[in-house]
Amino acid sequence: MKGMTVIVKKTTQLIAGIIFLYGIYIILHGHLTPGGGFAGGVIVAGSFILLILAYGSDFLNLVKEERGSTMYENLAILVFLFLGLTGMIAGAGIFFANWLPHGTPGELVSAGFLPLYNIFVGIEVAASILTIFLALVIFKEEVLK
Amino acid sequence: MTVYWLCFILFLVGLYGVITRRNLIKIAISLSVMEFSCFLFLALIGYTEGGVAPIVDTADPVKTYVDPLPQAMVLTAIVIGLATTAMLMAVIIRIYRKYGTFDIREIKNLRG
Amino acid sequence: MMNPLIPLFVAVPLAGAFLTIILGRFITAIPRYMALAVLLFLAFISFWSLVTGGDGSSVYTLGGWEPVEGVPIGLYLIHDGFSALLLCLISLVGLLSVTYSVSYMARYTSENYFYSLFCLMIAGMNGVVLSGDIFNIYVFLEISAISSYALVAFGVEKNELEATLKYQVLGVVASFMILFAIGFIYWSAKTLNIADIRTVFSADYDNSHYLLIQILLLTGFGLKAAIIPFHAWLPDAHSSAPSPISAMLSGVLIKAVGIYVIIRLFFNMFEVTEGMSIVITTLGALSMAVGVFLAIGQWDIKRLLAYHSISQMGYVVMSVGIGMILMARGIRSEVAALAITGGIFHMLNHAAFKGLLFLNAGAIEYSVGTRDLREMGGLAKGMPVTSATSLAASLSISGIPPFNGFFSKLIIIVAAVMGRFYFLALLAVIVSIITLASFMKFQRYAFYNVEPGKIRNDIKEVPVPMLLSMITLAVVCLLLSLLALPGLRETVLSPATDILMDQLKYSSQITGM
Repeated sequence: MKGMTVIVKKTTQLIAGIIFLYGIYIILHGHLTPGGGFAGGVIVAGSFILLILAYGSDFLNLVKEERGSTMYENLAILVFLFLGLTGMIAGAGIFFANWLPHGTPGELVSAGFLPLYNIFVGIEVAASILTIFLALVIFKEEVLK
Repeated sequence: MTVYWLCFILFLVGLYGVITRRNLIKIAISLSVMEFSCFLFLALIGYTEGGVAPIVDTADPVKTYVDPLPQAMVLTAIVIGLATTAMLMAVIIRIYRKYGTFDIREIKNLRG
Repeated sequence: MMNPLIPLFVAVPLAGAFLTIILGRFITAIPRYMALAVLLFLAFISFWSLVTGGDGSSVYTLGGWEPVEGVPIGLYLIHDGFSALLLCLISLVGLLSVTYSVSYMARYTSENYFYSLFCLMIAGMNGVVLSGDIFNIYVFLEISAISSYALVAFGVEKNELEATLKYQVLGVVASFMILFAIGFIYWSAKTLNIADIRTVFSADYDNSHYLLIQILLLTGFGLKAAIIPFHAWLPDAHSSAPSPISAMLSGVLIKAVGIYVIIRLFFNMFEVTEGMSIVITTLGALSMAVGVFLAIGQWDIKRLLAYHSISQMGYVVMSVGIGMILMARGIRSEVAALAITGGIFHMLNHAAFKGLLFLNAGAIEYSVGTRDLREMGGLAKGMPVTSATSLAASLSISGIPPFNGFFSKLIIIVAAVMGRFYFLALLAVIVSIITLASFMKFQRYAFYNVEPGKIRNDIKEVPVPMLLSMITLAVVCLLLSLLALPGLRETVLSPATDILMDQLKYSSQITGM
């Protein structure tokens, strides 16, 4: 896949980092404000997709990146399940029991497991949307070849 | 009440598109239209006149909140819709590679 | 008391699906053993729960959210007599399909994705069966549906892609109808829990949304279950998938996400009304009759079997519908119980024999390389085990004693006669005879008909894992007929019938009233 013009590249270079940070912000404040793992994860994936679209990438690189993002996706969901299973052990046999201390409502570190769930859902969504994007681009390149 | 009817009409527009269009991409777009009419309907159900986002405000406890459950449902349904659309697109690209066309009239190996 | 095994029915196959991808990247042999281990574990815990559960049902609250003043607020997983049977079915047919796939899928590439999607489909179906919450049913249904779309397309050739496209477009339309209906339910009942919806709806019986919700749900889940006006995708999808997947789709998936949900919702969520039960009975009788007439002219083995799936599902729907009509009229409740028992029993039996028949078809395709009946003949000599097991399955589906199909059809026909539905009873007998004719054709052309000059001596029997799962299913076909015995019927099938017949049992266990 070819990259775009120098204007697009420069703009992307300036804003991609900000988009990424904004996504992280949304993920971390998921239990306090609207948004959360899914919305933030989509924004994070958006910054990666923007970079790939602007700078382009050759076919082998795309395949390599797709393998990497698949790995992250699977690992994140496994950790999520594992966090749910810890509730079975620590929370008297209840799946998804929120057995960590809940803290003061309104603070960043509060609500027990919810910020952790949000973080891993964020990683999972970002990686899976990136995987879908890369897979479709790879399909397109294969058709064009 | 009108907005609910508009949702239903949007649903039927999507269904009409799925039934009548011959191009696979247009069928996928029609399915998305149906999908979004459902989302709109769910979001409208949860709306309350003058409601704010349901985050408990200890300073002002008598605020009106919108119903958060339909919003959670919409979010889940959007995730599912994303997966379905991605799957459909992947299949359509593969079909284009095998058949060399997006026209469903040309894609008719299976009969009977 | 909460049974701590219940969430594992969903969590273990999910974890298996994602671990398969990660570990399969390093060690190529891991995916198949991982899937086997997951399914063995599921089979073990499902039979354990069936045996130890008795007729009591256990409710599991995810995250420990208990009901507040009788109003359920969390997510519930409910393991009762009916879902226990379905869970056993899913894990048994799944286990045998995975055993079969170990040899069958060796000729495909990307085996790790196959096993991963397989586990994901199992997780989705278990979730649908266990969930006590209508929106969660939708979510799990989509998990199983999306993985089955991918599995149908697994060969990535022209036919597979076309079949999966049809399946997917119709499946997505069905999903949106279900989602729309869920929206209406939430609008009018302000709750999503099935038991709670029941209490709200029974207080407000003349709700104007009631009929629209019922029709949308019947259409949506009818499309998933391929009842006759909505059947167009089934023959293509079920015949194009790899054979173990066809066995799963025909044997389990259309029951778990289609028939099961229809039965569950129309008994436990809505009041049983006479109008809707007549519609359901008519659809069942229609698919029973039309399915078999569409099947008789087919020459492609898997298409023939797929059309028979429609017809046999018609038996289940019709029989349950007869029970519903009798319940709605409030007369002869023992006949209604008999009809519902017959329907559920036939559902179990159909999973066994139709799964076996699809595995046989896969074995024939594996050895002979074709699915066209006209190009076969005399395979009985080369493939004795396949021939014998498919004979057992054919006798079973056409209702010949002592195989299981005979007993369930007998119960259905007896219930129809006792309920004074003489026409439906006659129709069931006629359809059964046509099914027999169709399977005699299958047996003759595939295994016995030896035309001079077309004898093939190069046909070999398939590998051991495939034989093993076919023989096991054939034995299961014989053993399931024992469920018709009075002692076993009460312990295994009656809890399922009770939870459907008893109007209050299902909702009282959740709301605690």
